[in-house]
Amino acid sequence: MTAPSPPLASRTQEPAWVRRTLIGAALAFLGAFLLLPLAVVFAEALKKGLDVYLAAIAEPDALAALRLTLLAAGIAVPLNVAIGLAAAWSLAKFRFRGQNVLLTLIDLPFSVSPVIAGLIYVLLFGLQGWFGPWLKAHDLQVVFAVPGIVLATVFVTFPFVARELIPTMQAQGTEQEEAARVLGASGWQILRRVTLPNVRWALLYGVILCNARAMGEFGAVSVVSGHVRGVTNTLPLHIEILYNEYQSAAAFAVASLLALLALVTLAAKALVERRLERAPPVTDAAPERASSAGAAVAFDRTALAS
Amino acid sequence: MASPAALAPAGVRRAPARARGPLSRALLTRTSVLPGFDLSLGITLFALGLIVLLPLSAAFAKTATMSWPAFVGAAFSPRVLASYRLTFGASLAAASVNAAFGLLVTWVLVRYPFPGRRIVDALIDLPFALPTAVAGIALTALYADNGWVGRWLALAGIQVAYTPLGVFVALTFIGLPFVVRTVQPVLQDLPREVEEAAATLGANRAQVFMRVILPALAPALLTGFALAFARALGEYGSVIFIAGNLPMVSEIAPLLIVTKLEQYDYAGATAIAVVLLLAAFTLLLAINALQAWARRREAA
Repeated sequence: MTAPSPPLASRTQEPAWVRRTLIGAALAFLGAFLLLPLAVVFAEALKKGLDVYLAAIAEPDALAALRLTLLAAGIAVPLNVAIGLAAAWSLAKFRFRGQNVLLTLIDLPFSVSPVIAGLIYVLLFGLQGWFGPWLKAHDLQVVFAVPGIVLATVFVTFPFVARELIPTMQAQGTEQEEAARVLGASGWQILRRVTLPNVRWALLYGVILCNARAMGEFGAVSVVSGHVRGVTNTLPLHIEILYNEYQSAAAFAVASLLALLALVTLAAKALVERRLERAPPVTDAAPERASSAGAAVAFDRTALAS
Repeated sequence: MASPAALAPAGVRRAPARARGPLSRALLTRTSVLPGFDLSLGITLFALGLIVLLPLSAAFAKTATMSWPAFVGAAFSPRVLASYRLTFGASLAAASVNAAFGLLVTWVLVRYPFPGRRIVDALIDLPFALPTAVAGIALTALYADNGWVGRWLALAGIQVAYTPLGVFVALTFIGLPFVVRTVQPVLQDLPREVEEAAATLGANRAQVFMRVILPALAPALLTGFALAFARALGEYGSVIFIAGNLPMVSEIAPLLIVTKLEQYDYAGATAIAVVLLLAAFTLLLAINALQAWARRREAA
């Protein structure tokens, strides 16, 4: 006589104490590495009272930094939307030679250190740079001025919109666009009436991530900014200056604004993710395509790798 | 309402009249009725060239003007070598910790329902959303001798802020989401039947995890590790506040680039940048290969 084996469910699931221990360990790790840094920002910001907090935020230099941050993001995000849509249209709706290489090149800014992103623009547009003498002759300044900050921001955010749009547009296939074409729609009509409505959540997702990075970028902007207070300081750079001047409460007050932005970003991202999950099937062929949409990186990039 | 028949001839007509642009003729491997290939690819290539490729090539062109001894002197001086050791060492340690705890966090998030799971899941991306400068000063405040965590560590004689350990802490924070976000979809899609089959055949839970689950997650886990490592190599904002930035001890390579730039040593800064870029590109190729491996695994 053999003892009856335990039911299957208990053998594919850990005992309760193991589960509780693992949950506890995971939450402790996340608490130490995520929650504490977030909490300390607000605690330090309000350490010296609400008056100091509000004064630090309402200070003219802080407001100027906020304006420049909004300007840089205001240029970088729409530009990346336009480029991202163009890239996704060509990469997701057509098959062409060099496709995989192009896809890798679009992702390239993600692997470049932000400091190097700043450096290369100094090499191009700095006084000793390729275009330096020409810019000087025409009394234009790019590096250590606002245009350089915008350029560096565009560089570091370059892949965000495109990499969200490409897998989504690929998974949706081309049937709907082709149908619209056969029925006589022009290219712009197809884009406006068929493609954009289908990818609107993926586009929004990319815009949210792109915007968060654009407003928070530090390394690249730090290199190309001249650190001129009230002129070429973005919010992150303003935080650095305040912090290095031992105005800790003021630095954390400004930092708390960006931390709030981060929380809003996470909330918006979670909401959009839910929408993406619930997105209704797009075409008749959707059930079969849905599986490929699951692997967001379904795009074939093997050519470069192998 | 126009009848489809009335509209059909316009579409059925193959479009020989409409001239295809040069990009279409040269590159397309499959003809398409959709318009806009030349325009969209043209915009993409133009933007990519102007914003990404031309500036990056400036770095390589700049080092090409240096003599070999000058390049080696700038890119491999003792102080720079020490910064590589710290950058690569701390990045490797941080990515390893991220791989281990990332796997744990992913497992808990996917397999165990607990209250607040959705919020925890959303919070994972905090290091992506929080500006690095904010992360930097927050971690410094936390781990300084009078900080919430630092004061307890100080009792044990451990100093984190302003030491190489601080670099490791900052890089761990920065790389945290990568492993979770690469492993999560794979673990979600892992069929439970495979585990049940292994259990039916007599494997205990530990064997199932080591022999069935872990091999299935390995490509994603390695990809996440490589992504976290690559991100840590170039990280600047979150590190410089907590590192102390002591030459030869707690100075990371990206900071050395900034230091050289501030001394107007453009060639020296670029030499270090090129070394880091080559490391980053090598990692990018490795990550691409890993993802290809993961997809083949998935297809099999």
